[in-house]
Amino acid sequence: MSGKKIICRCNDVTVEGVERLIDSGITDIEEIKRLLRIGMGPCQGRTCIPIVISILARKTGKRQEDIPLPKSRVPIMPVRVEVLVGGADE
Amino acid sequence: MSKIAIIGGGIIGVATAYELAKLGEEVILFEKNYFGSGSTFRCATGIRAQFTDEANIRLMKYAIERWERLEEELGAEIGFRHSGYLFLATSEEEVEAFKNNIKLQNSFGVPTRLIDMDEAKEIVPPLNTEPFLAGAWNPMDGKANPFKTLFAYLTKAKEMGVDAREHTEVVALEREGDKIIAVKFRSNGKVESVKVDALLNAANAWAPLINEMAGLSRELVPITAYKHQLVKTEPLKPGQVEPLVCPPSWNDSYLIQDGEDGGIICGSGIEHKAKSLDDYEPTYDFLRGVLKYAVQIIPAIRHAHIVRQWAGFYAKTPDKNPAIGRLLDNFYIAAGFSGHGFMMAPAVAQAMAEFMTKGKSKVPLDWEWYDPYRFERGELRSSAFQIG
Repeated sequence: MSGKKIICRCNDVTVEGVERLIDSGITDIEEIKRLLRIGMGPCQGRTCIPIVISILARKTGKRQEDIPLPKSRVPIMPVRVEVLVGGADE
Repeated sequence: MSKIAIIGGGIIGVATAYELAKLGEEVILFEKNYFGSGSTFRCATGIRAQFTDEANIRLMKYAIERWERLEEELGAEIGFRHSGYLFLATSEEEVEAFKNNIKLQNSFGVPTRLIDMDEAKEIVPPLNTEPFLAGAWNPMDGKANPFKTLFAYLTKAKEMGVDAREHTEVVALEREGDKIIAVKFRSNGKVESVKVDALLNAANAWAPLINEMAGLSRELVPITAYKHQLVKTEPLKPGQVEPLVCPPSWNDSYLIQDGEDGGIICGSGIEHKAKSLDDYEPTYDFLRGVLKYAVQIIPAIRHAHIVRQWAGFYAKTPDKNPAIGRLLDNFYIAAGFSGHGFMMAPAVAQAMAEFMTKGKSKVPLDWEWYDPYRFERGELRSSAFQIG
């Protein structure tokens, strides 16, 4: 099998996928997020976002600290609907 | 050939840039943030012809025909599919209203029909049919991926020579008589200016600010930003809630399964006037409110996890119809989409590009209906049915 390096386990995104997108000219992390769905799975980007930022820094020559984190969304951890609406049918 | 500037890198601005390039025009496109950052990337993905007035029905019928061919035309995957819209009635009066809407839609070739709850259950297996009497079902309505669609248009536009600039804010317009002659913009802290022959304001919620730069009143096209929020569940097996499902009498609450990852997107008519044009904060009361309706429509959602919640703007005009047309000699507007910009984009972009270059268009767009000066004249249209 190929030596694909998965960096996002929620959405099966690979290092190669991120590099290909950056090479095509898309270097805004908010755009990379939406096209590859990094940070949009249940883990909210805990694993993939730091890796994507390091790839982005390497490919664009920017400093990692100059690349803004994409917005995280509430809830930070997935919450069951019944917790929010109450137990029994209303 | 002339140089045309577009302000606003959402779906309307980007698609119009593409259509203008197709007509051989030189285009420069400005987006102050990243492409899609305003309303497009926050939309619920729905595309429908089930409106309740002739102008919107005819425009959307044409738009859907363009949506069908868009993937081929742009040479990229955009995730469009005819997954349908299913509106659900909770009273006899609503069933009658549905029948009238269906008759109107059918008269323009939109194949909506009234269905019973057995058929509704076949289309949406986990649906709670008990509270509903009938459904208005149009299998030709659909959904698409807003991220992929915007980038498909953008990539093609760039290939055709469009000068697309993100993180570039327009700061002033230069006007001579009734003509805009130059656009001043700031990028990386530097202010530059470009001479233009025509200008399109596609800034949606931000459009009144651009009109003001052109020396017009912000109130000429009154657009107010209302926060429209969405909540999304973890992925579910595809096909559970493929169409957009909405009982309008339940505060316009709706559900639609994301065509990409299978999560269910839950929306509702609960709205907050945005405190500012940077106010995208989702609210907890919305989360609770929308889920209360969602579990009544699909009870099994009770056991799913909520993964994320976000907010965008309904850039609303007083009649919830967009302002599309000419404001000055060479200054045009397509803004105030009130939640319908994504679905209308293929039709509006083509119409606007043809109108700007030829003065007319073959798109069945009723220019009088969407006339941007109607608000000043106090001539509101019948309110566009606003959902999804």
